[in-house]
Amino acid sequence: MTTKELEYADYRDKLKCSFEQIEDCFDDYMKDALRNLTNKGVEDYLSGASLVCMIGRGWEPVSIYLEEMPQMAKRVGEPILEIVSKHVWDMSRSPNGKAIPPFMQCLPEASRRLGTLEQMQHFFDILFKMLDSTTTSVHGHHKTHSSQGFLVLLEQIPFLLSQLSLEGLKNWIEYGVRNYHNHPERQKDYFSLQSADSKAMLQRERHGTLYMDNERKLDMYMRSMWQQEEYFVPYSSGFDELRKPQPYYDSLGMRVPDVYDDIDGVRGINRYRITLAHMAAHKRWTERQVADNLSPFQRVAVEAFEDSRIEQLILREYPGLKKYFLALHPTPIEGDCDSEKESCVRHRLAMFSRAILDENHGYQNPDILEYVEKFWDALKDSESSTKEMLNLAISFTAKTRRQSDLAPKVRFENTEVDYRDDNRHMWVFIEENDEAEDDTSEPQSSEVIEPDGLPPRHYHEWDYNTSSYKPDWVTLYESLHAPGNASDIDKILEKHSALANYLKRILDLLKPQYYVRQRYQEEGSELDLDVAIRSLIDLKSGTQPDPRINMSHRHDGRDFAVLLLMDLSASLHDIPDGCTQSILELSREAVTLLGWSIEQLGDKFAIAGFHSDTRHNVRYHHIKGFSEHWDNGVKARLAAIEAGFSTRMGAAVRHASHYLEGQKADKKLLLILTDGEPADIDVTDEKLLIEDTHKAVDELSSKGIYTHCISLDKKADDYIQDIFGSSGYTVIDNVEKLPEKLPMLFTALTS
Amino acid sequence: MSVDKDQYIITKEPFYEVQGNEVALYEAAYESRLPVMIKGPTGCGKSRFIEHMAWKLGKPLITVACNEDMTASDLVGRYLLDANGTRWLDGPLTTAARIGAICYLDEIVEARQDTTVIIHPLTDHRRTLPLDKKGELIEAHSDFQLVISYNPGYQSLMKDLKQSTKQRFTGLDFDYPDTKVEASIVTKEAGIDEATATKLVKIAHTARHLKGHGLDEGISTRLLVYAATLINKGIEAKAACKMALVTPITDDKDIRSTLVHSIDTIFG
Repeated sequence: MTTKELEYADYRDKLKCSFEQIEDCFDDYMKDALRNLTNKGVEDYLSGASLVCMIGRGWEPVSIYLEEMPQMAKRVGEPILEIVSKHVWDMSRSPNGKAIPPFMQCLPEASRRLGTLEQMQHFFDILFKMLDSTTTSVHGHHKTHSSQGFLVLLEQIPFLLSQLSLEGLKNWIEYGVRNYHNHPERQKDYFSLQSADSKAMLQRERHGTLYMDNERKLDMYMRSMWQQEEYFVPYSSGFDELRKPQPYYDSLGMRVPDVYDDIDGVRGINRYRITLAHMAAHKRWTERQVADNLSPFQRVAVEAFEDSRIEQLILREYPGLKKYFLALHPTPIEGDCDSEKESCVRHRLAMFSRAILDENHGYQNPDILEYVEKFWDALKDSESSTKEMLNLAISFTAKTRRQSDLAPKVRFENTEVDYRDDNRHMWVFIEENDEAEDDTSEPQSSEVIEPDGLPPRHYHEWDYNTSSYKPDWVTLYESLHAPGNASDIDKILEKHSALANYLKRILDLLKPQYYVRQRYQEEGSELDLDVAIRSLIDLKSGTQPDPRINMSHRHDGRDFAVLLLMDLSASLHDIPDGCTQSILELSREAVTLLGWSIEQLGDKFAIAGFHSDTRHNVRYHHIKGFSEHWDNGVKARLAAIEAGFSTRMGAAVRHASHYLEGQKADKKLLLILTDGEPADIDVTDEKLLIEDTHKAVDELSSKGIYTHCISLDKKADDYIQDIFGSSGYTVIDNVEKLPEKLPMLFTALTS
Repeated sequence: MSVDKDQYIITKEPFYEVQGNEVALYEAAYESRLPVMIKGPTGCGKSRFIEHMAWKLGKPLITVACNEDMTASDLVGRYLLDANGTRWLDGPLTTAARIGAICYLDEIVEARQDTTVIIHPLTDHRRTLPLDKKGELIEAHSDFQLVISYNPGYQSLMKDLKQSTKQRFTGLDFDYPDTKVEASIVTKEAGIDEATATKLVKIAHTARHLKGHGLDEGISTRLLVYAATLINKGIEAKAACKMALVTPITDDKDIRSTLVHSIDTIFG
């Protein structure tokens, strides 16, 4: 026995673990540990491994611990040894013992991604907080049921860490815990990234430049610099690991990734612009070529040559893009690809393409140099053409062809230019292949279902518990309200003819007087003779004259846009105490009078109704649009309004605001007529929708839209101030008076 | 009441690069004293053209910049008070009609419609201007001509001219000159080299494509001259462009970002 072996034997004694498998590789583990750890570290390592061994979960956790920990400790620091073993021990004492092997498995990747002990600590905090809050107990104090989400979460950890910062991971996990902690199946879906909102949430937390945030900028970029109007379709690069999708365009639009990280000093937004510039240049300069007679190699070469050509043409217009091209284009190293062992087709083409972009490429390969020369000749005084590039590329392929090009192993390293598209638009196939024939037999759907109303819109909803929005939480469907009998509305007007006459008198006073004379102005457009003479007399009689002898005219017009949003929830069917009519009927009468009077005034006015049946189905009924007059169509829709379902107000308010935003007016007013507080059957927390509506009202006021609520709920005082602020509401106690009160209220608000 | 006519005469030739046949057209219109309306986006050279023509014809030029607070009395004249009572003061339009100047009403639609109708009698066969407050009827001098400019682009529907006003004028359409001419204008006005001028014009083109998509008006030739002047003073091109071409025209940060990017890529 050598001294070394003796030493190992010492260590073996310290490791209290009796699995047989240990004996085979213990020496290797120790070698690794001694190389990477201090003496203290080795001690901790062995005692940690003993602890993991003692939990009685078999050989696997122990082997992972022994194998991975020395490297990990070297990477993030030795305290990790103890921390991990302790966490494993704690888990083994809980119902979550099953999660130990996957937990151990995700650690190496996590430590690689996170890199410091501090970050790892945060990571553990996040994980175990989640574990703690999803481990449920049925009776009593003890946690008895294992966490449903934890296992699947651990499987996703490497992927999640590649997509999210730690902060993002925390938010993503907390969101899942919050919303699904008492729903095991949904929890599983969420943490295994199966459910839609899990993906949406992930998308929101991802790092990099999101397409969604920059859509308008990109649209402007295409318009201003390329004079092209394009429809963009983002695709997700996050979920397809095997085949990385590439940008491309076809008749349906340009496909771009949903997120770009900054790389090599190129900001994400500029990567988007460069990708678009490349596609736009193809659109401008590339002619389609027949692909049938070309081999795949030839096609790849033609694509590379054409890409280089259009890039040169881009640089003629926008020389400043060169620095970005250089930064993003890979730099293949000459001689990196061994043509004996692997196919160098891509490597050669990437070298060629690099040589075109970068004068200081330093490549020696005579073929490449020759073709770079030919390329520049072709582009000397002209734009050249796709056809010319095609010929050049074919001869390049012939000249540089090697036996090994057909090798199954193709060298991809340093050949992928990620801002280039896949060039599918370049080719025309004359002969259809078999697959294409299959396509033609696609059954044609004979019935096209006419959608009822507009496509759904999604709105976020404010969650006051977390002070954050739930993305795309509410689905809202807008449709034209079914028409009823317009003469009913005329009857209402007849019934209230006395009131209508009274209103008419008030309204005449309110009607805009376009020019108002302003007297007593020091500076004005005209001399006010009466005052001037008075001043003159003052002057002549030796007193100080009044210098304000001019008058001017002031423009005085009403420029209002008003949208009346009616709550059409089921409670409108109630007949209030002491009334003979339901709230719905009274509301209809009130709105009729209001609509009629506003039409007299000529203000821009729209009416809509809403109700909701869970967050998946908020209905928004169009009754009158801003451009519609008070005609039979509008009256018929108003006559037919029906009450039903609940009151999810926030989404309806947000939807209404987007109509108001589009109006050009000095003052914009959203009037909400409701008989109760915001509520919905899928929400148990009463405060949630109240807070959300309050948030929606805040959003509106930041857009310059005033909101005023007319509540028919006698108990509204409890909550209404929280939503609309101290002056943004009116409570009408005597509902029967509503038809009279509403138009009066409106005139008071707008005069 | 005598007015110093010479103060309105332009003595030094204002630089103007001819774009088409506008000079011949204008001269013909002046020959018959037809009122002229010049339409075109802001900063494309409308005012400069009129100055140039006034210089060329050797006639005095009175320019009035219209605004929405302007009233008829601002054009025609008003009574002022002095120690002895009231005194009449001619407005610019009256002065022009008296001395036989070219009266140029810049951005006429900015003025209120009730103001613009007072020019009507001057623009048809009558060629008179009644001063009803003063009780005087002025016969326009034989050299008098009325020119108005307006920018049909950005104003609201409310601010269109009345048909009865429109139909008293002959019209000249102005637009930003084509790339070459515009570059040469920038070169001559600011004294920079042609290559830089061409790049500036290119930036202007990118912005003009955004008109109606967040920008009310593209980058004008005038702004290009400003940018070129800054560059000529030794300011770095990108900074000069940002100062002269981006910051003034918009506060929208998406548009700013797009324009800054285009400056970055065009100047390299």
